[in-house]
Amino acid sequence: MLNLFGHTFRHGVHPPESKGLTEHVPIRRMPFPDRIALPLRQHAGKPAKCLVHKGDRVQRGDKIAEADGYVSVPIHASAAGTVVDIGWWPHPDGSMTETVVIDVEEYSPQIPRPRMVPNWSGLTPDQVRAAVQDGGVVGLGGAAFPTHVKLAPPKDLPIEWLLVNGAECEPYLTTDHRTMVEYPDRVHFGLRIMMQCLGVKRAVIGVELNKPDAIAALERTIPDDLDVTVQGLTVKYPQGAEKMLIEVVTGREVPSGKLPMHVGTVVQNVGSIATIAEIFETGLPLIERVVTVTGPGVRKPSNLIVPVGTMLGDVLDYCGGLTEDAAEIVFGGPMMGSSQPDMRTPITKGTTGVVVLTASEVKPKRTYPCIKCGHCLEACPVFLNPSQLGLLAQAGRYDVMQERYHLQDCMLCGSCSYVCPSNIPLSQMFALSKTALRKQQTAAAAKEKETEKEKEQEGAKVA
Amino acid sequence: MEKPRFELTASPHIKGPDSTPRIMWSVVGSLAPVIFAAIWYFGPSAVLVLAATTLGCVLTERVFGPGGSLRDGSAVITGLLLGLTLPAGIPLWMAFLGGIFAIGLGKLLFGGLGQNVFNPALLGRAFLQAAFPEALTTWPDVSGPWWALRGDNFALPFMTPNPVDTVTGATPLGLMKFEGAHTELARLVIGSTGGSLGETAAVLILLGGAYLALKKYLDWRVPISIFVSVAVLSQIIHVFMPDKPDALFMLFSGGLMLGAVFMATDMVTSPSTPRGAWIYGAGIGALVVLIRLWGGLPEGVMYAILLMNSLVPFINRATQPRLFGTGKEAAA
Repeated sequence: MLNLFGHTFRHGVHPPESKGLTEHVPIRRMPFPDRIALPLRQHAGKPAKCLVHKGDRVQRGDKIAEADGYVSVPIHASAAGTVVDIGWWPHPDGSMTETVVIDVEEYSPQIPRPRMVPNWSGLTPDQVRAAVQDGGVVGLGGAAFPTHVKLAPPKDLPIEWLLVNGAECEPYLTTDHRTMVEYPDRVHFGLRIMMQCLGVKRAVIGVELNKPDAIAALERTIPDDLDVTVQGLTVKYPQGAEKMLIEVVTGREVPSGKLPMHVGTVVQNVGSIATIAEIFETGLPLIERVVTVTGPGVRKPSNLIVPVGTMLGDVLDYCGGLTEDAAEIVFGGPMMGSSQPDMRTPITKGTTGVVVLTASEVKPKRTYPCIKCGHCLEACPVFLNPSQLGLLAQAGRYDVMQERYHLQDCMLCGSCSYVCPSNIPLSQMFALSKTALRKQQTAAAAKEKETEKEKEQEGAKVA
Repeated sequence: MEKPRFELTASPHIKGPDSTPRIMWSVVGSLAPVIFAAIWYFGPSAVLVLAATTLGCVLTERVFGPGGSLRDGSAVITGLLLGLTLPAGIPLWMAFLGGIFAIGLGKLLFGGLGQNVFNPALLGRAFLQAAFPEALTTWPDVSGPWWALRGDNFALPFMTPNPVDTVTGATPLGLMKFEGAHTELARLVIGSTGGSLGETAAVLILLGGAYLALKKYLDWRVPISIFVSVAVLSQIIHVFMPDKPDALFMLFSGGLMLGAVFMATDMVTSPSTPRGAWIYGAGIGALVVLIRLWGGLPEGVMYAILLMNSLVPFINRATQPRLFGTGKEAAA
């Protein structure tokens, strides 16, 4: 289905797509590394609770940490081996976090324990959700939000549409693209399970038009009994943002501060759906994922199936190493990903790609004063005023940023920074402002409590 | 252990191609045809006046501005634009002084690039007009030999300029206002009329403006809304009072083209919201018509823009974009 005169969201930017390096490179399986590092915090929500001890032997697929509460998922060993350490380890977000380090067994066939494969058609929605949570499934598009939570909308919010996000609007990345081209049946199988679980009749797979082979593969394999359409989307960043995708497909804007379910939609990443399919095909939990290793700084750009927990250095080595002018390593896409300084940092469930940029792309640029050109206003997909927000951030007026200029609606997509001719790091400033605002609010709340207490005490004295 | 060799930066890690110096120098480039026209019509005097204003601006920026700020090109724009609003015969010391004023008081006093409320070039011109009204309203004609100076450009400071043997004449707006005479439209469009250096070549100004609009280096809404409001208002008035000029004359005479395309669109001093741009342009257009038809001066573009400049913060505040997911577009 072409979208020649179709509707697109307003604003947004057009960074160079740079997908040519890997978009036609088939997915390969990377061999098991010597050592893997599995952080207990790989998903949004509460970190998992560790179940193993130093010295324990684990099989591939064994649960090594269990979900801690509802918005949490377990972690499974992605290779057989021995737990050699449980301690602080570099995490892709830049912090050190509690991590289980496993020495991978040499010459192991890496065969998981025999397990029951659940028969999806006989399961109630609750059982499906439990299986999805138990499989450790999170959104594979980057945010790593536990998938089972999205499969449980409150009763009073009827879900009409299941939207599958195959936009992959970040430059360089081809993870979802290759998944759709090579495993379209798996996508449809996953869709079938989710549609049954949510009780929805209609599903739409949104794919940017720069992936005609993915659109063709998905359309060719739609099962006759499923109401699934593949919708071509205008190539524009951030088309893959949940709110943008919903707006384009349904014509509805998710109200500010609300969730997709408030407009009757659930959005899932294509990779997450394929993972759910795998759980119900093989019974194996989420222990490996497709990662695009690309960029001008990598010698052999590839699409790889990587065991979760594989360290950055091992992945790069397998891809032929870095070029001389490699200057910055980014986990995720270049628009929203995070720079990595440490070769020991593991690939986690939310790592969509490893992009190595060269000096010419990341050369530090001189910052100029804001000239109020308004380019950021015409780039912001949620219609904020980044120019004004930037000036307020510099002045430390976080309260005004929130009350008058809707700081919390910023999703840090980076479009404003991308277009700013004065090279003002707007989205970075907004990320910092959000943190600062939270701190201020907590401090204010604490102070209020204290004064209340004092008043009470005074009142008690008087009495 | 060797020093870490990888950059650690916040996202986004790639940057669009535009930069502030690139925008500024593109504006300078798009002024080139207008400058050539000025030299074509006014000879060496044009070169001298433009050099004097630009030098005044650049030196002031160099001495009082933040280090390296000359590279962004904004001082050169101010200098050239100021020069283009002056008559060819103006003594150079006045032009130079205008440049100093424009950058010093019009821009640096507010805090430099991006901070100023008023268009610096127009502020410089307003200062000159107040200080030297006679020199600012002596308009040499475009006739006469090309190489001749169009006035006593080399007059010494505070001396009365020597009368120079050159033909001076009124601008089309002056003719219209004070003598009720009309100038042919064709002459207005190609610019062979009296007037300040850069206001005569309407076609070339539009050409430069179109280039900048395509590159998104100026907001097309501003000139369009100025043109529309001037045309509509003046045509309505023309219908009821036939002695007042019609829309085409109003559009192509005086400094309207230069003002609408290059001055009103100054990013720093115009609204950054799209709706704000429409309001701002319409306001300028209305003020231009009012001043031209009923004010004491024949031309009103400068004051119209400066007045609307002062309203920009309020316009911005009143025209904030609608937040995604609010208003009637959001599903209830």
